[in-house]
Amino acid sequence: MTATAPADARHPGHDPHVLGRHGGGHPPPAPGSDGGPASKRIIVGYGFWLFLLSDIIMFSAIFAAYAVLQGATAGGPDGRRLFSLSNAAIETGCLLLSSFTCGLASIAATAKNQLWTQIALLVTGLLGFAFLSLELHEFADMVAKGAGPQRSAFLSAFFALVGCHGLHVSVGLLWLGTMMAQFYAKGFRADILRRMLCFSLFWHALDIIWVAILTIVYLMGAGR
Amino acid sequence: MLGKLTWAAIPLDQPIPMAASALMIVAILGLLAWVFLKGYFPYLWKEWITSVDHKRIGVMYVLLACVMLLRGFTDAIMMRSQLALATAGAPGYLPPEHYDQVFSAHGTIMIFFVAMTFMIGLMNFVVPLQLGVRDVAFPTLNSVSFWLTASGVLLVNMSLVVGEFARTGWLAYPPLSELKFSPGVGVDYYLWALQISGVGTLLSGVNLATTILKMRTKGMTYTRMPIFCWTALASNLLIIAAFPILTATFAMLLLDRYLGFHFFTNEAGGNPMMYINLIWAWGHPEVYILILPAFGVFSEVISTFSGKPLFGYRSMIAATMVICLLSFVVWLHHFFTMGAGADVNGFFGVMTMIIAVPTGVKVFNWLFTLYGGRVRFTTPLLWSLAFMVTFVIGGMTGVLMAVPPADFVLHNSLFLVAHFHNVVIGGVLFGAFAGYTYWFPKAFGFTLDETLGKWACGCWVAGFYVAFMPLYALGLMGMTRRMQHTDNPDWTPMLLLAGVGALIILCGIGFQIAQLVVSIRTRDRRRDLYGDPWDGRSLEWATSSPPPSFNFAVMPDVEGEEAYWGVKQKAIQNQTLVDEPDYQPIEMPKNNPTGVVTAFFATVMGFAMIWHIWWMVILGAVGAFATFVVFAWRDVTEDEIPVEEVARIDRERRRTRLEALPTLRRPA
Repeated sequence: MTATAPADARHPGHDPHVLGRHGGGHPPPAPGSDGGPASKRIIVGYGFWLFLLSDIIMFSAIFAAYAVLQGATAGGPDGRRLFSLSNAAIETGCLLLSSFTCGLASIAATAKNQLWTQIALLVTGLLGFAFLSLELHEFADMVAKGAGPQRSAFLSAFFALVGCHGLHVSVGLLWLGTMMAQFYAKGFRADILRRMLCFSLFWHALDIIWVAILTIVYLMGAGR
Repeated sequence: MLGKLTWAAIPLDQPIPMAASALMIVAILGLLAWVFLKGYFPYLWKEWITSVDHKRIGVMYVLLACVMLLRGFTDAIMMRSQLALATAGAPGYLPPEHYDQVFSAHGTIMIFFVAMTFMIGLMNFVVPLQLGVRDVAFPTLNSVSFWLTASGVLLVNMSLVVGEFARTGWLAYPPLSELKFSPGVGVDYYLWALQISGVGTLLSGVNLATTILKMRTKGMTYTRMPIFCWTALASNLLIIAAFPILTATFAMLLLDRYLGFHFFTNEAGGNPMMYINLIWAWGHPEVYILILPAFGVFSEVISTFSGKPLFGYRSMIAATMVICLLSFVVWLHHFFTMGAGADVNGFFGVMTMIIAVPTGVKVFNWLFTLYGGRVRFTTPLLWSLAFMVTFVIGGMTGVLMAVPPADFVLHNSLFLVAHFHNVVIGGVLFGAFAGYTYWFPKAFGFTLDETLGKWACGCWVAGFYVAFMPLYALGLMGMTRRMQHTDNPDWTPMLLLAGVGALIILCGIGFQIAQLVVSIRTRDRRRDLYGDPWDGRSLEWATSSPPPSFNFAVMPDVEGEEAYWGVKQKAIQNQTLVDEPDYQPIEMPKNNPTGVVTAFFATVMGFAMIWHIWWMVILGAVGAFATFVVFAWRDVTEDEIPVEEVARIDRERRRTRLEALPTLRRPA
């Protein structure tokens, strides 16, 4: 990490690992220096990545439980009878699109454009909300059909796994609301931009997990 | 209104827990009264409770661990005396439902709130100093982590007064821990306390790993980091990789208990063995999370007191990282009796034996560091020597149990209990005590009493052998763990002997308390004047004792391994320090109560969850969220220390150093 990177032609001694164009407003290390602590933006982004990795490990434990319990339907309904692929497809569309708009929000925030930042974040939030509504509707449907989490170990694992992702999306929406409020009230301060970086990492990570859920739970479950 | 909570929750009919909790409440009230009457509270609040300084947080972690060691040891004494009395058919004094709580609380407290807390405290205090930086990556998060751990401690101790603790052993295996078989609040106390403190541990792992990977001072490359930082890195990477599994597993058990899910039940397709697999996929890395920092402490101590660089520094790094990886592929050896089949058991048995190889590399490295050194037999070194002998014995009994057929005989016997106490006391705890004695002068500016320290060490070592060697024998004689009474007269002498061993350890703890009291009273005679009492080799000894809040007035520029040793030798040679640097004002993060307030709401939420007080759960959640928003809303996040202040503090440090220079030993 501290090895001196090949010098960028434009800025001698420029650290190519600096995130974003301006590296969070911190000057690049002086030419010829061998490291020292990284800039705050890198530290925050890196730390949050480590946290996300741990979150993904938590999901993988629940995925493992789901894989073990997938066949344990206890005489109840299985995935083929319960899952609606068209619903899952719309959910996927909402979530992936919201990631795109979240990216737009990051760009707008970097450009310090209040209006577009707020619009892009709002659209991200609405798409996330739509995803969540679809998911809750699906859950309510299943419970009404007598296929609630108490019915079988398979359904316990299903509700826990998909619900845990849904819980993350809800927390993300709460976070998104506070991000919008912070931009509105405090402007584009360096520490708030770092929080925005973490938020967008979080939101994209939820996509990665959703793609795994779509594949392992819905596609493989409905096609079984 | 108050969920399941009624007056019946307070065990007025049971004299032992009532007396214990009365004592605890009186002690806490007395302490609070003393603090308030003496007017110490504003100082404590400003300088400690809301502190985001890694050194103070480290000290508070260690203090918490020491207090919990007393609690956990009280449980141990109760168990040993019960078993010494309740032999050959006698009933003893602890009824089974209480005895079961005692052994569950003992294991939970000793692992999570003593060993874990102690090690995280040492890493917090030492790692930034050794890396030559001013704080950890996320100082406020560090305070949040500590206070969440304290919140878990509070919940566990609350269970003594309000309700009950789990009777399910320290890992709460289902189906016993399911609602059907444990309908009380004991398992809920266990689960929420560990969920909350587990979040704290995870955040602290993220924090320290980021610090080590991204915040080293100039020139502090990976292969120049002190070995303690390497073991801390390995340990924190393991925390990041393993603790989420624990969180997920406990969350599943909570769903079973609260919402009628069927993860681990006997009905509707639930799978109790899955819990045991998941919990040990966390649990085995956990033992390396504990032991690796201890290995780091021993490496530092042995190298310092041998007056030599650590033998095989790079092989030590390799061994550490190999252990880090292998720790994830051995979990099944905790339950060879599951019936996984010969191939699976064989694989995990062999992997377990392979871990002995890097560990052996470490033992030889320590031996060769001692060999030919000018060895000073101080208390930290005595703990290290005791460790080397004891841990090797524990390691060998571990390899013995790694043989699946042998394990079928020894599984859940006292042989196993003796084995893991052998490695956890002989490894982790001795390491914690070595580190405590070694870094105490750095934290407080005076050394601990050597004579009392040596007596403490002697009693602990002797007590350990007298208490646990009989358990190996009892295990081979067929005694299983977690028995409230026994009726085999052949076992009686060994059980009595083990009880005597616990009393010898009690003497050791007594000496440790005496050591602390005596050292504080005579602190003026034992001042560490210039910050390097042991003739140390790494950067924490380059600053004064106790270090200023910013650790280093100017961040050191490291040239070569053993960052401080080289600088020191040059200074001794020339009998002068390097030129005075160009001082700059320093920005340090502002103290703030985010950690303690978050933990307050987390405790409220945990308590409300345990007793099903739903409105209070919502209150706690809203409170915790509001705390974060308030934190995010701050405009001033850093204090600036003016340049005159920095210069004054550092000139004082340079003056004491310069005065000490002529007295320091010249290199051979």
